[in-house]
Amino acid sequence: MEFLEINKLKTYFHTRSGTVRAVDDVSFSIEKGEIVGVVGESGSGKSVTCHSILGLLPQPPASIEGGSVKFGKQELLKLPKHALRSLRGKKISMVFQDPMSCLNPFMTILDQVAEPLIIHENLSQQEAERQALEMMEKVGIRDAAKRAGSFPHEFSGGMRQRVMIAMALVTKPDLLLADEPTTALDVTIQAKILQILKSLRKELGVSVLFITHDLGVVAEIADRIVVMYRGKVVEQGRVTDIFKNPKHPYVKGLLACRPTLDCKYHTLPTVDDFLETKENDDGTIEVYENPEVEKRLRKLESAITSKSDSFSETNKNLLEVSDLKVYFRSSKGLLGAVKEEVQAVNGIDLTIQKGKTVGLVGESGCGKTTAGRAILHLIRPTEGTVLYDGKSLGALTKEALLEYRKKMQIIFQDPYASLNPRLTIEQALTEPMIVHQIGKDRSSRRDMVVNLLEEVGLTSEHLLRYPHEFSGGQRQRICVARALAVEPEFIVCDECVSAMDVSVQAQVLNLLRELQQKRQLTYLFISHDLSVVKFISDEVVVMHAGKIVESGTAQEVYANPREDYTKDLISSIPSPYNLGK
Amino acid sequence: MSIESAKSKDFISEDPGGSSLWKDAWIRLRANRLATISLYFFIFISLLTILGPEILTSSYEDQDLNNTFAPPGKESLFGTDNLGRDLFARVLHGGRISLAVGFLATAVSLLIGVAYGMTSGYLGGKMDALMMRVVDILYSLPFTIFVILLMVLFGRNFILLFIAIGAVEWLTMARITRGQTLSLKQAEFIEAARALGYSHSRVLFRHILPNLLGPVIVYATLTVPAVMLLEAVLSFLGLGVQAPMSSWGSLIKEGSEKMEIAPWLIFFPGLFFSLTLLALNFLGDGLRDALDPKAAKD
Amino acid sequence: MVKFIVVRILQAIPTLFVIATLTFFMTRLAPGGPFDSEKNIPAEIKEKLEAHFGLEKPLHEQYFLYLGNLLQGDLGPSFKYMGWEVSELIAKAFPVSAQLGLFSLLIALVLGLPAGVVAALRKNSAYDYCLMTTAMLGICLPTFVMGPLLILLFSSWLGWLPPLGWYSFADMILPSLTLGLFYGAYIARLTRAGMLETLNQDYIRTARAKGASPIRVVLRHAIKGGLLPVVTFLGPAFAGLISGSFIIESIFFIPGLGRFFVTAAFNRDYTMVLGTVLFYACLIIILNLVVDLIQASLDPKSREP
Repeated sequence: MEFLEINKLKTYFHTRSGTVRAVDDVSFSIEKGEIVGVVGESGSGKSVTCHSILGLLPQPPASIEGGSVKFGKQELLKLPKHALRSLRGKKISMVFQDPMSCLNPFMTILDQVAEPLIIHENLSQQEAERQALEMMEKVGIRDAAKRAGSFPHEFSGGMRQRVMIAMALVTKPDLLLADEPTTALDVTIQAKILQILKSLRKELGVSVLFITHDLGVVAEIADRIVVMYRGKVVEQGRVTDIFKNPKHPYVKGLLACRPTLDCKYHTLPTVDDFLETKENDDGTIEVYENPEVEKRLRKLESAITSKSDSFSETNKNLLEVSDLKVYFRSSKGLLGAVKEEVQAVNGIDLTIQKGKTVGLVGESGCGKTTAGRAILHLIRPTEGTVLYDGKSLGALTKEALLEYRKKMQIIFQDPYASLNPRLTIEQALTEPMIVHQIGKDRSSRRDMVVNLLEEVGLTSEHLLRYPHEFSGGQRQRICVARALAVEPEFIVCDECVSAMDVSVQAQVLNLLRELQQKRQLTYLFISHDLSVVKFISDEVVVMHAGKIVESGTAQEVYANPREDYTKDLISSIPSPYNLGK
Repeated sequence: MSIESAKSKDFISEDPGGSSLWKDAWIRLRANRLATISLYFFIFISLLTILGPEILTSSYEDQDLNNTFAPPGKESLFGTDNLGRDLFARVLHGGRISLAVGFLATAVSLLIGVAYGMTSGYLGGKMDALMMRVVDILYSLPFTIFVILLMVLFGRNFILLFIAIGAVEWLTMARITRGQTLSLKQAEFIEAARALGYSHSRVLFRHILPNLLGPVIVYATLTVPAVMLLEAVLSFLGLGVQAPMSSWGSLIKEGSEKMEIAPWLIFFPGLFFSLTLLALNFLGDGLRDALDPKAAKD
Repeated sequence: MVKFIVVRILQAIPTLFVIATLTFFMTRLAPGGPFDSEKNIPAEIKEKLEAHFGLEKPLHEQYFLYLGNLLQGDLGPSFKYMGWEVSELIAKAFPVSAQLGLFSLLIALVLGLPAGVVAALRKNSAYDYCLMTTAMLGICLPTFVMGPLLILLFSSWLGWLPPLGWYSFADMILPSLTLGLFYGAYIARLTRAGMLETLNQDYIRTARAKGASPIRVVLRHAIKGGLLPVVTFLGPAFAGLISGSFIIESIFFIPGLGRFFVTAAFNRDYTMVLGTVLFYACLIIILNLVVDLIQASLDPKSREP
């Protein structure tokens, strides 16, 4: 029996610069007790679909142009406002991505979880609170009774998401719409939340529409998958079918371009290897299979064997970090008398060989980012030494350190924030050359900038443009080019692909690889994503609570993790290969 | 990668160029009808007060005791006052003073506030805490009262007026600038600049300053009317400019004393003053919308 | 909580000290003295008067003497109102100003809050444009324009209300209205901005997803966050109501503290000026403290130190 049926749904956004067909002719359905995963990259229309179901989109600019959404016997798109309202939170609930901004900071947790009951079931405050507490215990909030009077900011991210889930399920709805509910969470917490959702589905018999960009997550939780691409459903089917035997070129590309733990490629295939798109005049797009896909994949596969011999000559240590400590002191209270010390990095040792990549993994707050900054001496280490090419960076004068700034560079996570919005690309790339007196005059610098842009896959057309005119992936390329402008030997990549869609991520990772080979670069690759780290790194270092828990070659660490923490991390990675477990 | 083909410079110079955030903001401002009208109106008023007194035949101080309290008409556009002075000339001249005070005092507060706020925010830590503590203390002083006191005690001095008003208004400017600087300092492009070894002055003036200018411009636009208001309050209390000089505030005061005989004496200066404030406020609102970084992102 | 209040009061002490010092030397360094203007006073009487008030002593001695008295809560005698203590004068004039301020604030809140909320809820509608244009006009018609205009209209032309004085309830209407309209306009704009900001938050979407009715969304979820900026504004606003009342008190001839202060400053009535300034400062400090406490009770995040 079809329980929710979406048929030819069209949701458009009418903006000043034209109409965006965010959801264009989308049809799929959910059966009772089923978990359906909707997967797609940013802009694919997956969230808009979800919001359209409950009429939560602001109209205008959004407008539903056609189609139907049937829930049982009711047509949701034609329901009067009050009738739709009595469904929301009662029969159909929602969980959102960012549990911090989605919880009301001015209300206690208990009030918020109990609110749907008060709105829909006319329960007394007392009874509503009792049921709310019960549900909070169910989603794994320990001591719910004791903590229920707190406010959202007093909870951790994972706990907040549990609160959101409790709030959504407290009225025992028939359908749960979960919009990227685990995206903002660490892997270990994500694993727990997924576990909770699965067990509650069994217990309450609720159907779940699970929206995510992460194929691994969807494989872990869903029965069926709907893949969306630029407003359209390109493929849907059972999880195992889609993973084992994808039909649409986009889905093939999406599956292939993810670096997984057992990824065999040296250079990742990209979505562009699989499909070609053509944009029609009326804004619609057509998708074709790339005729050269076989050839390209064969080329990538043939490159695998050459991986090992490319770096084997050198094993000189470029960077030696010993007993590095960074403590932050925050003074509180009157006259800064009461001091609180945060031991962000608490004694780490690290060696990086020339031309190699060391991956630094850990969950949020483990000190990995601080460690990266401290190694570059962007933050003064509290203790410990960093030897670069045998020279202690801490002992250098300001002027001498400037020379090393040329040799060591950093690429950041957020390509939107890491470019000065007021400078053109040319200005941004020329500036480091001026500071370090590279290039003799304007025109020679311009030539160098053009070369750099081409090296990272952009063209000279982009010279006079401003950062906001580029996409995220292009901006990250510009950041890479800026780092390269001073011809560095060592680059810290700080979560530099974390904010990207997998298809863009693959391109940037390939670029980093390519540059490493061409320029003999050494990387410290910081990330929370174990699969990405595995793909790019020669050696892996696992950090937890300011300390290094485990280190070794990538193969070793992933195949035979010694420490419990590492084992926990690795087993938490959602992947289709846990299917059936 | 074909480098040769793209490297020719003619090709580059033919590029139309990107649209900077300033250009985008200007387009957004022009799309806001109210703000555009306000901008033109404000330019019109400014030109009128700057050029008007030079062109007019009647001066703001020429008395004509045979023609006192003449109502608005052909003779004199806005009528005359108790000494037979032409109100139109006086309003234009008063506008000069009011606008000059508004802009000069805002400029003073802008300079002090931005310099102080940027220093405080950029230095951070203890120095920042100390500098902001000073601002906090100054904030809790009853400043309007001090300005009044200053004007009463030391006489009606034009320069003193700037200093006094500038001294009040720079505090908010400093706070805004400092807040902006602090958040910009966290931004990754500033960190990138440090990683590239840029000097402090380069980071401050090339990377931080242009990016905090948006909110500062908005606030400055809103400070001008606030300053004009304060000047008018002082003039109204008899502490502003001295007769026969006039500002809009002092004209309104004179008008309010004689409004029962000659209502136009308060009507016209009041109208000019209010319309100018209105235009500046609408312009400030429009600028805020146009320069809003949220709207500017993508 | 108690600790917070105590800390704030302790912090106020240096501020008050700075104010007292600054005002003391400012008044003394300014040209002229309290007994200069009356030219018919014979020199010997002037000397006697100055001796009586301790003005012949060296400046630093006077300063320490004043501070000493201040610590005992003694603001000294007025130089101009013979036989009156400064504290007595303040006690007489302040209730008038406070009454005016409270009335105006009441008018401002009653007009401003609903106008702002309605404008925010009906964003970009005719209501919104009308209300906000009116509010903008209210801000741009300063009290010294609005006041005389109201007098002209309601007392000179219509003859409904008295133009001056502060004796009966009817006297209070025009001045309170003049001040209240100005601040009401300001509050309306702040409320609208605050509400709009809050209504755009993700947690409002959550509330709607729960099936909360529009009224519930506003009253249970949006109003607290939306009014925070208004509360922050109320501290300085109240202080502004008092300093704004310099104007109102002089337009409507109201015997409030503002007029006493301006007169005292003109007369070089040193002790009166100092006393009033310190009184104002204390008032502002207390009001800011109250605002912070209200804010803390509204916003759970600011409760932690």
